Order: sequence, then C-alpha cells, then structure tokens
Amino acid sequence: MTAPLKDITPAERARSTSFYEASARTRLDLLLDAGSFVEFIGPEQREVSPHLKIFDLPEQFDDGIVVGRGRLDGAPVFVAAQEGRFMGGAFGEVHGAKLTGLLRAARQVASIPVLILFDTGGVRLQEANAGELAIAEIMRAVMEARAAGVKIIGLIGGRSGCYGGGGLIAGCCSALAVSEPGRIAVSGPEVIETNRGVEEFDSRDRALVWRTMGGKHRRLLGAADVFVDDNVQDFREAALELLGLVGPFGLDSLKAEQERLADRLRRYGACFDAVDIWTAEGIAHAETVPELPADQFIALADRIGRTSRDAR
Amino acid sequence: MEDLRFQHRVRARAGGTRQSAIVGVVASGNLEVLVERVLPDAECALDIKTAAIGFGEVWTAVIGDFVERYSPGGLRFSINDGGARPDTVSLRLAQAVRSIAENGQ
Amino acid sequence: MNTSWQNNRAARDARIAAGAGLARGKVVEASDATRMLEAVIRPGDRVCLEGDNQKQADLLSRALLAVDLAKVNDLHMVQSGVVLPEHLDLFERGVAKRLDYAYSGPQSARIARMLFGGKIELGAVHTYLELFARYFIDLTPQVALIAAVSADREGNLYTGPNTEDTPTVVEATAFKDGIVIAQVNEIVETVPRVDIPADRVHFIVKSDKPFFVEPLFTRDPAAITEGQILTAMLAIKGIYAPYGVQRLNHGIGFSTAAIELLLPTFGERLGLKGRIATHFALNPHPALIPAIESGWVRQIHSFGSEVGMDDYIRARSDVYFTGPDGSLRSNRAFCQTAGLYACDMFIGSTLQIDLQGNSSTVTTSRIAGFGGAPNMGADARGRRHPSEPWLKAGAESDPDSPAALRRGRKLVVQIGETFGDKNVPLFVEKLDAIELAEKLNLELAPIMIYGDDVTHIVTEEGVANLLLCRTAQEREQAIRGVAGYTDVGRRRDHGMVAHLRERGVIRRPEDLGINPLDADRSMLAARSIKDLVRWSGGLYAPPSKFRNW
Repeated sequence: MTAPLKDITPAERARSTSFYEASARTRLDLLLDAGSFVEFIGPEQREVSPHLKIFDLPEQFDDGIVVGRGRLDGAPVFVAAQEGRFMGGAFGEVHGAKLTGLLRAARQVASIPVLILFDTGGVRLQEANAGELAIAEIMRAVMEARAAGVKIIGLIGGRSGCYGGGGLIAGCCSALAVSEPGRIAVSGPEVIETNRGVEEFDSRDRALVWRTMGGKHRRLLGAADVFVDDNVQDFREAALELLGLVGPFGLDSLKAEQERLADRLRRYGACFDAVDIWTAEGIAHAETVPELPADQFIALADRIGRTSRDAR
Repeated sequence: MEDLRFQHRVRARAGGTRQSAIVGVVASGNLEVLVERVLPDAECALDIKTAAIGFGEVWTAVIGDFVERYSPGGLRFSINDGGARPDTVSLRLAQAVRSIAENGQ
Repeated sequence: MNTSWQNNRAARDARIAAGAGLARGKVVEASDATRMLEAVIRPGDRVCLEGDNQKQADLLSRALLAVDLAKVNDLHMVQSGVVLPEHLDLFERGVAKRLDYAYSGPQSARIARMLFGGKIELGAVHTYLELFARYFIDLTPQVALIAAVSADREGNLYTGPNTEDTPTVVEATAFKDGIVIAQVNEIVETVPRVDIPADRVHFIVKSDKPFFVEPLFTRDPAAITEGQILTAMLAIKGIYAPYGVQRLNHGIGFSTAAIELLLPTFGERLGLKGRIATHFALNPHPALIPAIESGWVRQIHSFGSEVGMDDYIRARSDVYFTGPDGSLRSNRAFCQTAGLYACDMFIGSTLQIDLQGNSSTVTTSRIAGFGGAPNMGADARGRRHPSEPWLKAGAESDPDSPAALRRGRKLVVQIGETFGDKNVPLFVEKLDAIELAEKLNLELAPIMIYGDDVTHIVTEEGVANLLLCRTAQEREQAIRGVAGYTDVGRRRDHGMVAHLRERGVIRRPEDLGINPLDADRSMLAARSIKDLVRWSGGLYAPPSKFRNW
C-alpha cells in the first residue's frame, strides 16, 4: 500500500505492484524471472493495425498486445499480455494474429505452456470482421494446442476485464486465476443495459457489476480456479500453482466440463442475484462477501471448494 | 491525425548501450515513445503522429527544450500520441532517455 | 395614527395559522406539501430553499415548483447552492424571479443560459460567508425550507453529519419573524441529538425518500496523474516545508488530493510529520485517511460531511468534531470563519489565471459561483494573532516595515497543471470572467481569487513566489515563468525569468532537489479507493460509483 522504495528485490517489487494498475509490459517484466523475457514482433517492427489509419485513429506499435517467451521459476513459458488502456485492449487483426501465432508455435513445440494475461473489452469495433475472425482462430488454436498437451493459463485482473471474445477464449483455457478487480463475462454491463434495459442491469451500479462479473463471484462459481490478491507476485505464484495442477485434456475432461456447467445451471439458473447463489452455496451473510479481505475470501472459497480442475 | 517531424544537431551522444526502449501507452491524454539508437552520434530525430491537430508550435517548443536539456545524440524517437498534454510529453521523452540509458540490449 | 411595531410578528402568526390547518401538530403529509407552501408563502417573498453543498431539500423544491402561480409567484430566492434542476425550473415557471446565491456547480451551464436569456434577475454571486452575512442584514428570508435527517413530534431536528448551512439559515429566519419548514427523512420518538431546537421550527414534512446527497469530495486515487504528483511534491517541499504550514484548508481538486496522499510517503521521508498539515478546516476527504491513520493530523473542522465517511469519523472522534451521538457535526459558517481567520494557508485549483494572478472558474458558458474559495483564498485583514508562516509571508512581501507594525500574510496558493482537460490552458491573457462581465453588464467581474491575495502559484514547471515580486512586471514574468508551454508561458522574457530564478522567486524541480522522473504513482499512500478502505480498517464505505469490487 505504501510506496515501494528503490533497492528492493524483484519479488518485493512484484508484490508491491498492482496488477490492475500496471501496464502489459510491466506485468510481464515482474511476472517472469528477472530479465528472461524475449519479445516476438516487438514494437520496433511497427507491425501496426492496417485499419485504424482509415478511421484517423492513433496506432500503437505493438497493436496493444505483447507476445514472447520467458522463464517462470527457471522453466520456459510462452506469454501474451494485452494492454487494456490501448483501445480497451480490444482484438483487432494484428493483435489477434500475434496471439494466434503464439498459440500455434506452442502447439508445435508441445511442451511449453502458455500464459495469457487478458485485459480486453472484446473485439475492436473499427476492425470488427477481422477481430471476430481472430477470436475464432484463437479459440481453435487454444483447443489444438491443449489437444497437443500444452497447458494454457489465463490471468485476469486488468482494468478492461475480460469481455466479449476475450471471455470466450478464457472459457477455453486450461485454468484461470483472477483477482478481485478482475471481471470475466461475454456481454459487458453497458451492452446488457442497452439491450435489456436498466431494470435488467444497471451498468452504473458498480457493486452490481462486480458481484455479477467480478473475480470473487467467478471464483465462487468455479469458473476461475484460483483467487489472488491484486499484485503481480500473487499472479506469478498462481500461475506456477496452476501449471502444477492442470491435468490431461481429452474427451473425458470435456464431458466432465459439460456436466459441471449443466449442474451449475440446474442449481443456480433461477437465482436473481449473485448473493442468492452465494446463499444457496451455504455462505452465511452472503451479502458481506464483496467486503471480505483477500485472505478471508480465499479461505471461504477453498472451503466451498468449487473449481473446474477435474473438468475443463 | 497530424504527422510532425523534427531533426536536431546535438552536442553529445546519449548514454547507455541499449538499442531500443519503449515507454507509455497510446490512450486519451497519453502517448507512447519508441526510442532507437540508429543515428549518427551528433543527430537526433523525432517522428510524431498525433491525434491533436494544430499544436505544431507547442511541439516545437517542447522538443527544443528536450533536446537542449538531454542531448539525445544518436537516437530516433517515434511517437504515437493520443493527445497528451505538453508536460506529459516532456515526461515520457525523459523516461525514454532514462530507459535507453540503462545498460543491456 | 395607529402605530404598530410588531407587524412582522403578526404576519408570521397569520402564516402559521394558515398552515396549521394542513398539519397535525407540526407534521404535514408529503402529499400536502405544495398546499402547505401555498398557504404560508406570499408573492414576492424572500425564500431560502436549502441547497447546500451536500444536503438538498429536494422534496420541498419539487413541492414549491408545483405551486399555483396565482397564489405564489415572483419569489426572491436567497440560497447558497443552486444545484438541483428544480432550483432553476422555479425560474422557468415563474415561481421565482430574483436570485442571490453562492454556488451552482452542476447547474453552471444552465444558469448562464438563463441569465443571458433574462429568465433570472440576478442580485449577486456571493461567497458563502458573504451570503450568510446578508441573511442578517438585508437578505433575511421570510420563509426557510430546510432539510434534516430526523425530527421528533415537537420539531427538534437532527441534521446528521451534514449540518452545513442549516443553523445559520434557521437563525436568520426564525429570529426575524420568518417561517421555518423542514423536510425530514423520518419522524422519531427522540432525535439522536438536537441540531435545531423545536421552537425554531414551525412545520415538518416527512419525505418519502432520504434527501439527496452527492459525494462531492471523493477523489479516486486511481485517477491521479504523474503531473499532479510532481506538482504536489513541489508544493510540499517548496511551500509547506519552508513556511512550516500547520493550519490550513485544501481545495477539492486532484492536485490537493495528491498532496494528502503524499504526506505519509514523501512528507514522511522529508521528516515533516508533526511540522506541517496538522490542523485543517476541511470536509472529511477520504484521501486524507492515510495521513490521519499515520498520525499526521490532529484536528479537522468541517463545512459539511462526505458520503461513506460516517463510521470512520465516528471512530476517529479525536480528529473530527462529533456530537454526543457520536456522528460528525459540521457547520459551514463556522468552518468558513475558521478557514478565514485561523488558517495560515489555502491551497486550491482554478480554471484560469491571468497575468496579474487573478483567477476564476467562470467561463463564458458556465457560471459556477465560487462557494467558499474566495473566503478561504483571501488575506484576512482583520487578523491579529501571529504565527510563523503568517509572519514569514508578511516579511517576504514587506521587508522594509518595522517588524512590530508589519502585517502578516495568509498564504494563498493556486496549484494546477499548465494544461487542463482537452489541453485547455490554465494561464490566459484575459479571463473569460471579464468577457462575461462585459456581456452581462455586470459591475464586478466574477473573480474567484484576486491577484493581490495570491502568494504562490505551483505548476509542474515550478513554484512562483509572488510575495518576492517588487514590480508588476516581475509579477507577470514570475507567472509566465511557471506557465509551461501555454501561450502565456512561451511568451516569457527568458532573461528576466532566469533572473527571477536566481533570486528564488521561481523555483524549478531541480532547485528543490526533486527529479520529475521520481514523480511516480507508487509514491501515493493509496492508489485506489480500495486502498483507502484498507487504510480505514474497513470503516470507510465508499458509494457504489467508486467501487471496483
């Protein structure tokens, strides 16, 4: 909470750096072993969006995603990190192609896992067709890589959340870690309000937004496997933990995942609000869940015990 | 969008050994600066694409002060600007120089 | 000739009698509120419709808007805040005609249009303290429509933490034969504490929902920029430290929020704890929580309260003023007086500063009023008690007078970034306020703080100490010298600015030992609203719009 001073270890720096607030590059820098990151198609290659110019909009040299390889506790990993502040981290043609390429490389290598640091509102409006195609390609690439034995971990805790196609891709990953400010959904709050009315969903009621889409709810539902405090070191430790836990992927695990989701719908399909779900899970004073400090919440989530580890 | 280009003769080469560095993000009121060590020691160049039209005079003043103060010889700066304030531009340029002055690749 | 000296009292009694038919005891149903107002208000009355900075008599506003124009019209509204749309609807409809006020933040654009369109006959735009003063001299309300949290059957009122203007308004109205009508959220057996005694309250209307309160003083640390952090560092090291400013008032902008969040980090490292920023005239700013928790702040008196701070204040009664019930007791008139006479510094932001140092938040399309800033940001000529910062500032501005006869000076600091939102410059050759005065034929331009009261200007480029300027030309160049890349800044006389810097009139970051590259968000004691909640031990309960959990 207080300011970090100079001359501290990388782990201390990672512990004192908010994942939510950090840039994509800072997240990678602190998540991976110090100095181990090597970027593919870096900004100096200027592989910018071919579409934004047409709309007279500013470009970014990395098109809002940083991809490359590095080491995590000495072991090699492929990584991709979206920059949520550039166009809301949205998927465009180049942005999407960089992630697709990384996943295809991972499939070929077959032994190196992939970490995806999601931070996205979904598909970029200005290049919607290319963006939608990219989402489909990425989902296929995720599944093909997993089928080849690659573990794919999603880390979610950025300011743009993980929405739209990002939410779909996250659903295809082997496992997810999420922090309290992290959000996972397909339709965003404003989209729901626009289509279904403010009575259905008031997008300005931020407490409602977070208890419906936020990290705590996603963890309690088992959609995310690990809940972490909002700092880069906790995400690093969660990634290591999940890499150790992810089991084999095949038809059996897909069937188990289908059953898990069907069961979830049976149990909670009629619930009006997330608090009803938490209450149905047997949590006393469920309305206080959003106020719980991270350590108390983690203890609660572990007690409830819902994960998707045997499924996915 | 407006494109601006500046070239300056400078006193001295910028310190450090890194070949390139990038700071900042393109967002409303923010900018990214990509700096590369690709020019002769006595030159520097800045290429700017900015979303804020008609601020050429201000850029001239900001860049003039920056070059005078930091003498970034040998460096090319490529800037994507989302309409940042001049003080933010000065800060990012200074951060870019600090970043490339670190030792490493 | 039959001379009576009690006509006003008789008129008041007649009004009470007219309203009594609609009340049970003093209690009036919300559905009868409009009929009630028609019964007690006369055409042309001076009416104070309580619109404070925070607490709004919103039910009574709507009730007044619905009156029969044949019975109530052409009112003269005398109220500090013109904040709700209904406040201006009254003029559109013809219920009211003339207006004297102090602040119109959210309605500033519409009030400007209505003034241009002649819909409102403007008396004047006041400071809070000035309008309160006129309540007792020549703008005494005949009817006051106020807001409180609860009332008992007798009419004793509990205002809650947002006491604000209520005691002042009631004092002026009730003791000069006026009628006081209160809207309350609930009627209870016993009020938690008596903020307004029952014999000053004539009618009570129970509202169907709690009065409207806006969280005006919450600045999300997540939105504080590196530029604001740098500017805040310059202010702490360049002004707070050398003058040893302990008693002060902060504005509500992000720059001063940054200062509040740097005290426990940057301020601590400079060894300033206990030496600066110990006593405040200030609303309960959430951004001050880390400094309070770190033991920086001894005492705070408040103009009003802030949404979500109630439990925190209750638990920190050593710092805040609280009633026997434990909740905050604020009072705008007293706190304004405290800021004027007992504080050695005001520091706040503005929208425009000219070459003389005059500043204004008025633009040609917005007339926001100034609320308390002109009182906070003015030298108090009536002050007689010495203090170190006051004497030092006085000596800097007038080194030649004998010390025993020399007035001190209040430090009046304008802080801001050289460019504001959308790259609009802070420094201008001519204030929009002056153009507005010309357009509206006003006798006075709406200046928030006059240049001759301003002692320092702080921007990311440096600190200008205007106390050390000896000529108008020096003053102008000192201002240009911290105006950055604005037109005003670029038209500086470089030689003269360099000379002023040598004399210490202008001080750059490097002159103060501050590296702009160190101005990083990691310096903030809290970087999010959630951090503030953590600092408060869970006592601060931010409103939903500030949450991301």
